[in-house]
Amino acid sequence: MQATVLENVRADKVVDARGMACPGPLLEAKRQMASVPLHGVMEVISSDEGTTTDVPLWARKVGHEYLGTVADAGFWRIYVRRMK
Amino acid sequence: MTSATMSAPISHELHAKAEAMSLPAEEPTHVEGLSMVVFSGDLDKVLAAFIIANGAAAMDLPVSMFFTFWGLNVLRRGGHIKVAKKKTTMESMFGAMMPNGPAGLQLSKLKMGGLGTRLIKREMAKKHVDDLAHLIRSAQEQGVRFIACTMSMDLMGIRKEELIDGLTFGNVGSFIDAADRSRMTLFI
Repeated sequence: MQATVLENVRADKVVDARGMACPGPLLEAKRQMASVPLHGVMEVISSDEGTTTDVPLWARKVGHEYLGTVADAGFWRIYVRRMK
Repeated sequence: MTSATMSAPISHELHAKAEAMSLPAEEPTHVEGLSMVVFSGDLDKVLAAFIIANGAAAMDLPVSMFFTFWGLNVLRRGGHIKVAKKKTTMESMFGAMMPNGPAGLQLSKLKMGGLGTRLIKREMAKKHVDDLAHLIRSAQEQGVRFIACTMSMDLMGIRKEELIDGLTFGNVGSFIDAADRSRMTLFI
């Protein structure tokens, strides 16, 4: 999904994992997803580039919908929709 | 003694034991997840083991970690623990010479008489890489199953009360059972 489309996505929960190292952002995403409403969107902010690969894979594995990633200045915003 | 006369009491006893230990389902219902032998007591290798375990658990895979030999030291509480069954001199010596819990582990490379371990720990803190104690707690919170090898405990004179809470105690059969239920098995 393109950044232009993602701009219209409102995050129900923002998880700021900047500064965290593997496996921190992934564990934080999993932990925080529990408090996202069903079909709500979680935004994970990470300064660790590997997270941009890992979070989409995690979402697919556990059954959530990966919406896309937006690169920012030295970090990334990753959007995932809670599907279960 | 015939098997017929013994079968009833033995199965009864096994049943009671199985209940007390809250064993997983009898037959592997799904072949999924990760099983690991943590044989090493090296800080770097054990860190890798726990990062993988935490990642797998975060991805909803069942994870079992079997701690044996040097790896058993990871589960020690640290500090001096009064044990109910007195240790032999050899057991006490082993206990004193081996790492006592996650804080006592050393790197496998660049040891430099302990300097390397201190430096890597400082870098880890600076770069926000979780320390081992944190990763162990996180794994337990995520439901990772820890199995302590009782043969290694006997061999090295490590008693249950010296180990952290929440462990399952077993031997190779427990590991094989865990491996049989998993798609991935690692020996670290």
